[in-house]
Amino acid sequence: MRRATLDSLLAARAARRPVVLAIRLGDGAQHLWPEEALPGALAEAARTALDLDRPQTLAFDGEAWFLQPFTPPLRLIVVGAVHVAQALAPLAAMLGYAVTVVDPRRAFATEERFAGVALNHDWPDEALAALSPDARTAVVTLTHDPKLDDPALDAALRSPAFYIGALGSTRTHAKRVARLKELGHDEAAIARIAAPVGLDIGAVTAPEIALSIMAEIVQRRRGPRRRAP
Amino acid sequence: MSDDILATAAAWADAGEQVALATVVETWGSSPRPAGSMLAVTASGRMAGSVSGGCIEGAVAEAARQTIHSGTPQLLDFGISDERAWEVGLACGGKLKVFVERLA
Repeated sequence: MRRATLDSLLAARAARRPVVLAIRLGDGAQHLWPEEALPGALAEAARTALDLDRPQTLAFDGEAWFLQPFTPPLRLIVVGAVHVAQALAPLAAMLGYAVTVVDPRRAFATEERFAGVALNHDWPDEALAALSPDARTAVVTLTHDPKLDDPALDAALRSPAFYIGALGSTRTHAKRVARLKELGHDEAAIARIAAPVGLDIGAVTAPEIALSIMAEIVQRRRGPRRRAP
Repeated sequence: MSDDILATAAAWADAGEQVALATVVETWGSSPRPAGSMLAVTASGRMAGSVSGGCIEGAVAEAARQTIHSGTPQLLDFGISDERAWEVGLACGGKLKVFVERLA
């Protein structure tokens, strides 16, 4: 790979711009699409690679090509700078997620408690409007406080976020469902919310709860691949 | 994660290292790492990332050193039908192709 191509790739990444690296395997010739043009069938395959976020191999003009998509990092928006969030933020970062912790309560969302994590002190509805969750974003509410969780869930349900999770018991969630219905969300929409949040692994401690949440997020994104025996 | 590997490769090159990049371009069967997985290797022996569960990294690193010296990219085949794979032992029984190139 030419150094200039590598630098363009890293710049695209920093700018959250999706790109595809096309390699002609016979001689190693490379193009970074869409910054560099590709002939018809290759450009089409490059678009597919981005849409599916999966590399494509194809024969074009008698040559084998490999098309590798580089998509912007997945995002996790955590509402509630609580103890579980302190475990969730580094775990999600390790899994490749760009994490933002939202909490208007400045005593919770401090640099000391969340070293190196992006913090947002706006009210959750404003924060989510600004962060604008897309299909590569997961949203998790952890505050237990309807004043904070509800506006976040309301906004998340109106977004294409691929995962929405809410901490709280089944009973807490039943009350939450009633409130979200009053906000105009129907059963099917509310069913998008994973509650109680996380895979049921019997998690007790904050790091264990964080692990169960990230396990569920990965499962939602990748899908279980093994069938039950 | 391949982006972090590329950032690492760039940092190594900036520090004066000679670097090769290996990318899984195709897999069959139960190979441990999907297409697109990357390994960066330096002539001095540093490695970042992976192209398998550890089964073929040694062989890929060796090919990477050749490519660093020759400048010629290589397309490596690993699989149970491949004699070389028997040597390095792809225990999972999968097959994969790895593209190796120099960072220049």
